[in-house]
Amino acid sequence: MEWDWNFVWEIMPTLIQGVKITILATLLGSVLAAIVGLGIALARRSPNKALSRTVGWAAEFIRGTPLLVQLYFIFYVLPDIGILLPPLVAGVIGLGLHYGTYTAEVYRAGIDNVPRGQWEAAKACNLSATQTWTNIIIPQAIPPMIPALANYFIAMFKETPLLSAITVLELMNQAKSVANTYYRYIEPITLVGAFFLVISLFSVMLLRWLERRYGKIER
Amino acid sequence: MTQWSGYFGLILQGALVTIELTLMGSVLALFMAFLAGMGRLSRFFVLRALATAYIEFFRGTSIFVQLFWAYFVLPFIGISLTPLQAGVLALGLNVGAYAAEVVRGAIQSIGREQYEACTALNLGRWQGMRHIILPQALLVMLPTFGNNAIELLKATAVVSLISLTDLTFQAQVVRAQTGNTLVPFTTILIIYFVLALLISWGVRSLERRMARGLDGVRA
Repeated sequence: MEWDWNFVWEIMPTLIQGVKITILATLLGSVLAAIVGLGIALARRSPNKALSRTVGWAAEFIRGTPLLVQLYFIFYVLPDIGILLPPLVAGVIGLGLHYGTYTAEVYRAGIDNVPRGQWEAAKACNLSATQTWTNIIIPQAIPPMIPALANYFIAMFKETPLLSAITVLELMNQAKSVANTYYRYIEPITLVGAFFLVISLFSVMLLRWLERRYGKIER
Repeated sequence: MTQWSGYFGLILQGALVTIELTLMGSVLALFMAFLAGMGRLSRFFVLRALATAYIEFFRGTSIFVQLFWAYFVLPFIGISLTPLQAGVLALGLNVGAYAAEVVRGAIQSIGREQYEACTALNLGRWQGMRHIILPQALLVMLPTFGNNAIELLKATAVVSLISLTDLTFQAQVVRAQTGNTLVPFTTILIIYFVLALLISWGVRSLERRMARGLDGVRA
């Protein structure tokens, strides 16, 4: 079978539709992962042993099991207990939770990297725990970890094709349906690969820039 | 009451396929990692360029797309692969690209003085690599290799989508036959997690074994 450019232009609008959903899922998933990760990181530092242990184990479990199975779990098991989610929402929750356990480690490292003196100074200034976190620790911890976070968001972007398994109409699913209709696989699947490669290469350039901008700790 | 024992046998069969895939994929990944990792450090421009192209390509596109490409597109250019072959190929090449960067980083992390000592002892490039550099670098690579193996284990879930009867596929079969979603999916999540724990435990004990007698020598 030959590569057919006419066919490529014919299916391009459908694939672009898919790219939009893929990017949307990645953005929403990233926001959720950033929030979940911070939550997990804070819970694991909590003085309450029961809370920090439970959250630690849950995160470990989520990190040790495949995203695809978790997506199935969210999409097929939760309706049994009455929670019916649209595919995209289920997908975003899956991505956010899974990558939240990874970003939690980034937050942990970022928070650990804030020098002890800052904690002591906050105490000396008579700041409350909340004030210490929001005004002293978090503002200093976040900038150095931006490149590492972005790294995980790019990884998440590359996992979004899994959402096609729970019927989200993202890039991969659009390509598969096009391929099944015309019974031509070469162009759609290769184009999906090309889309991913191009977008990842751009994201890597953005990542390099972020590293230059935020990577070093400011004095 | 459903006959769970029969279904459990089905899931165990799936677990065997998953383990088989993980092992074969890891072997291919390990091979590719050393090939490409050392290729990137080669004296010859062509080898460096080839290794870089391989690594960037496989890290830049999603494993899912690579798998589909191997399974659906390769037959059109005359290479027909069974699902198992396509799975091992895609998993091994993908994870191998990530692990290649680990190999490169570990080799580069070995101090200059070790290379100088090799020269002083009149060892050839290959001799120095084989007897001096690699034994030390291997220990640096090992923990990250463990993480890569777990990533590979989790990525095996994707092969269920090209009709390979692994754990995830069998769970879908059980779901279709019993109408119960909670039990099969919870079971396989636990099996995946136990397998991941086994890998990290195995790598850790291997690391302890290899580090024996090196106390104080490691930087």
